Amino acid sequence: MLKDKDRIFQNLYNDKGSDVTSSQKRGDWVNTKEITQKGRDWIIEEIKASQLRGRGGAGFPTGLKWSFAPKKVGSRPHYLVINGDESEPGTCKDRDILRFEPHKLIEGCLIASYAVQAHVCYIYIRGEYFIDGQKLQAAIDEAYEKKLIGKNAADTGWDLDIYIHYGAGAYICGEETALLESIEGKKGQPRLKPPFPALIGLYGCPTIINNVETIAVVPTILRRSGKWFASLGREKNTGTKIFCISGNVNNPCNVEEEMSIPLKELIEKHAGGVIGGWDNLQAVIPGGSSMPLIPKKNCETLTMDFDSLINEKSGLGTAGVVVINKDQDIIKCMARIARFYKHESCGQCTPCREGSGWMWRMLERMAKGEASRDEVDMLGDVTNQIAGHTICAFGEGSSWPVQGLLRHFKKEIEKRNNFKPTFDVDKGIPYLIDQHLLEKKDA
Amino acid sequence: MSLRRPAKDQPENFEFNSSSLEAANTIISKYPRGKQQSAVMALLYIAQKQNNNWIPLAAMKYIAQFLGMPYIKVYEVATFYTMYNLSPVGKYFVQVCTTTPCMIRGANQLVNACKEKISPNESELSNDKSCSWIEVECLGACVNAPMMQINDNYYEDLDKEKALEILDKILKGKTPKPGSYRGRVNNEPENNRKTLMDLKNA
Repeated sequence: MLKDKDRIFQNLYNDKGSDVTSSQKRGDWVNTKEITQKGRDWIIEEIKASQLRGRGGAGFPTGLKWSFAPKKVGSRPHYLVINGDESEPGTCKDRDILRFEPHKLIEGCLIASYAVQAHVCYIYIRGEYFIDGQKLQAAIDEAYEKKLIGKNAADTGWDLDIYIHYGAGAYICGEETALLESIEGKKGQPRLKPPFPALIGLYGCPTIINNVETIAVVPTILRRSGKWFASLGREKNTGTKIFCISGNVNNPCNVEEEMSIPLKELIEKHAGGVIGGWDNLQAVIPGGSSMPLIPKKNCETLTMDFDSLINEKSGLGTAGVVVINKDQDIIKCMARIARFYKHESCGQCTPCREGSGWMWRMLERMAKGEASRDEVDMLGDVTNQIAGHTICAFGEGSSWPVQGLLRHFKKEIEKRNNFKPTFDVDKGIPYLIDQHLLEKKDA
Repeated sequence: MSLRRPAKDQPENFEFNSSSLEAANTIISKYPRGKQQSAVMALLYIAQKQNNNWIPLAAMKYIAQFLGMPYIKVYEVATFYTMYNLSPVGKYFVQVCTTTPCMIRGANQLVNACKEKISPNESELSNDKSCSWIEVECLGACVNAPMMQINDNYYEDLDKEKALEILDKILKGKTPKPGSYRGRVNNEPENNRKTLMDLKNA
């Protein structure tokens, strides 16, 4: 277990209050000036040395991302955008940072803005977190009052303004280019990449986009050195991470732990074990709903980091661990996730817009045992037609959970849906598999 | 994608009142000059707040003029984002999260509670017209599942009885206390905390 002194988010459970004075007691804002005086290159090198990877899901190295920002500010200003559109089912870590550790985030914004030469920073918060956003706004106002941000922020000689932009219930705005579109006041539909936002982003200007958690850990890394951060976890999967453990566990919770912690330790020690005991475990979704599930037999020895989960054909994603025990119908669970993706598809690319609905309707019928034998393979085919054929990663995000289900629970589906196709394909009868659902509401 | 249609009965006119106007101008000042279109999302919120929790077409036209952008662009935004209500909802607007992490902890019980107390179908006003409910996708409080949102507040760690209690209160016009209903502190593991104990006990 990680030692308490190595935990970055000391106030994760709001034991001590989130205002600026108590944050300063915990070490925030103490020597921000000295840190910035060491220079941009030092900051970026230190972050590179810490091997910090983005906490928003994709795990892109943060130092590398910052180094993509143009070295000299041209005619277009630079922007820093913080992604707090946390909507991935199973994830609720950013909310705790926004409400309990806002000064870590604000200080991180200042340091990151300085490193990428931005004078304006937008924090995009999902609309549902209005109350938590208000708490962050109060912290921002406090920081302005104490001259920690604004003109000559915290005496660093750097000017920085921070604004909050609320989303309005669109999951897709967590995708970085959709988020930029949303800030520009448009529908949140992702842009084609390249050009990457680091060169052409918000209002066509160079923009660096980072997750809330990524930015909030930056000040601590710079204070305690990149080497310290890199000493936690293992090579290329370093540092600490807030894990959100939800679902069928006795004590669902958020907890900050070291990377590469065994999944079993996380569940048994912090979350009080699976309801009904470890043997009652059916599967675990390791990183938010878009990551393929992992069946019990692989959970025994699994360690939670980016690379080991890729080896399991899954991913760490946002580290939202959803535990599903044997009392649940796994097909129904995945059908509900498919419904989520059907609801949240932005509608820009046809494979995703149509395919996400197909997957949902097929899974709904499979959960009820109304599907025919050959549809199981057809479902797999649909997922392959979506993944990799869309502008953004939503296509993968929506089809991976279904692929995970097919990979590990195919027998279960086949057992329940084992009758011949209603129509014989060879006879050339149009195959209207969803006909009876069209009359239903919401189809 | 979700299907969203504007209401049939639409008011003729809409205009910001003085406090909305002030809020709108503050928000526009957050964005660079000439980029006032960025404020459209916030302005739609303001309109929604002013107009009993829903946005009529007249408000979209007004905002389009206000920001100097085409009406269709405002319409696009208002119909794309699901938090903008395009038809009247109750003064107390209940949103029950039913996505998988909440579902496996019994979110359907909360849906049943809403059906019993408010209305048999979602997006229908209760008898006294003060309340309506819908099922929504993940609200981002998964470790506090099952949960629901009433207006801006989160009500967490619920079960059917507690949900009924809360709904009773709002039907009487009171605002119940938000937060966890199992008495736990924020997102800590209930009775099982093993980290940062020095801070807790200090």
